[in-house]
Amino acid sequence: MDLDALAGCLASSACLVTQTTSGLIIGMLLFLVAVGLTLIFGVLKVVNFSHGAFYMFGAYFAMTAYQLTGSFALAMLAGAAGTAVLGLVFERVFMSRVYGADVLMQLLVCYAFVLIFDDVVRLIWGPEFKAMGMPSAFQVMPLFIAGGVVPPYYLLLIGVALVAAIVLGAGLSRTRIGKVIRAAAHNPGMVSALGINTGLIYGGVFALGGMLAGLAGALAAPVRSLTPGMGFSVLIESFIVTVIGGMGSILGALIGALLLGLIRSFGSLGFPLFTEGLMYLFMVIVLVSKPTGLFGKEAA
Amino acid sequence: MTELEAGRAERLAPVRSGAALQRYRDVLIALIAFAVLASLPLFTGSKALLDFVIRCSAYGLFATSLNLLVGYTGLTSFGHGMFFGLGAYSFGLIMQKLGVPIPVAFVATLAITAAVAAVIGAICVRLKEIYFAFVTLAFQMLIHSTILSWASFTGGDQGLRGGIPRPAFLGINLANHVHLYIASCALLVLGLLAMRQIAQSPFGYTLRMIRDNAARASFLGIDVWRAKLTVFVLAALFASMGGMVMALFVSGAYPEFAYWTISGEGIFINMLGGVSTFLGPMVGTVLLLLLNDTVTRFTEYHGIVLGVVILFFALGLRKGLLDFVAEWFAQRRDAGEGR
Repeated sequence: MDLDALAGCLASSACLVTQTTSGLIIGMLLFLVAVGLTLIFGVLKVVNFSHGAFYMFGAYFAMTAYQLTGSFALAMLAGAAGTAVLGLVFERVFMSRVYGADVLMQLLVCYAFVLIFDDVVRLIWGPEFKAMGMPSAFQVMPLFIAGGVVPPYYLLLIGVALVAAIVLGAGLSRTRIGKVIRAAAHNPGMVSALGINTGLIYGGVFALGGMLAGLAGALAAPVRSLTPGMGFSVLIESFIVTVIGGMGSILGALIGALLLGLIRSFGSLGFPLFTEGLMYLFMVIVLVSKPTGLFGKEAA
Repeated sequence: MTELEAGRAERLAPVRSGAALQRYRDVLIALIAFAVLASLPLFTGSKALLDFVIRCSAYGLFATSLNLLVGYTGLTSFGHGMFFGLGAYSFGLIMQKLGVPIPVAFVATLAITAAVAAVIGAICVRLKEIYFAFVTLAFQMLIHSTILSWASFTGGDQGLRGGIPRPAFLGINLANHVHLYIASCALLVLGLLAMRQIAQSPFGYTLRMIRDNAARASFLGIDVWRAKLTVFVLAALFASMGGMVMALFVSGAYPEFAYWTISGEGIFINMLGGVSTFLGPMVGTVLLLLLNDTVTRFTEYHGIVLGVVILFFALGLRKGLLDFVAEWFAQRRDAGEGR
């Protein structure tokens, strides 16, 4: 424990800014992964245990596209589009077979794919750590805000995640497709009876969730190292986010992700060895005091 | 193959055989199983085979205790592995730091596990389904993080090193491989027998009722919270026993024992063997360990092979192996009676 370091940081504006930004980017990446998870749970009522794999594939797709084309925008596109297709196929071919089955059965199918996908990545890209490298457009002087260091790439990352959050929120609450999706979450039988292809909606939502996780992976690729199994810690953390925020709630995922990001960045100062433990402790406290999460509705 | 035969016998027995009669039969099967296992070293000198059975004992105790929660009570715990790790670490630390005889450390570890499980269980069993799963997972990771960060006491990510002393007691020397093997088998058989008694007792049927309809159980005057907490603590005790067998076997304890993947494997074993029969998890344990050992020998990409096998069970059979066998026998019997 190093509470002096934490207190010292809280007293200095430079350290405060640096830690807050690093907390925000952790939080924003987590949000992108977690919001897909929560969306899939909200509509399909399955817990996608293999969601971390989409994050991983997003990062690897982006790296390969960047190496081939040298274009950062194309890399992001490859990460998002590739995982969207993967999500669609995965849902239609495998997950759709276990709807309505035992929860354990669904988890098992996902667990199988966690194992398979990790090995597929090892087969294609090799087991060693990889780095995509920072695109040259962002290799510029960091900004100094109130004495704190903020790399420009972090601003882009936060911006993209925010835009995704707003588009998603507005799309679900204001467009026709959003309404259909919400209706399908509420009563799929009725939606289907009204002549809407629910299979298509399920596939689409899964693809959307996969795409968001893939985008997070692609955005993270320049700043984190790539390795098979990288999806795992992200998966566990985004689970914590959805549980804290409330399963099925987009606002909850945003708040939960930001809280967790800040806990991680400031916790690493005060409790360097127990940072992970802090997150789990926080989750236990939230679950015990409000089992449905901060923004979750009562059990449906 | 005694497991399979036992599962078969259970299905074919008359439904309303007396409880006492069934208990005698269970004890008899346990005695035979122990006799077969214990005589194994007489026929084979293969250390690998005995090691395999010891590992099966550790994981089998753990997986069967998880089935008390998952299969009998409908509590899908995702953090059951914490008690496996807790058992291994408590036992190892007591032996290393206090130097007491093994039975004392054994009982002390069970007492510690019971106390911890009672506290954690009291918080967890209030929650339903997926939330129960998540909060147990959170506790598991909390314990794992504590083990990692409290390095001065637990050895951190290196694990408990330097070996666990295994002084002889009552003429049993667990440093001897065959003695350790026999002791593991005895613990496995005794543990399974005890869990079988719990499952077949009136309390065991109360658990099944809670699983099927908790509201009805509550209306009939059953304190659901208390029953769930009781089975949570009981299951933790047997998981802790499994952890102790593992600690004795590897003569140490590692953070992986408390990591959530142990819980995941436990669930997987249960699904593989089947949760509707008592011995399903035991069959699953043998299957998974066999699978792991053979696959890792042939390819470094064992995740792909394991994944495909899981998919076969989840999407093809749609149930565990012993469930499948049991249903097949039931169908065949029905067809025979219909003729």
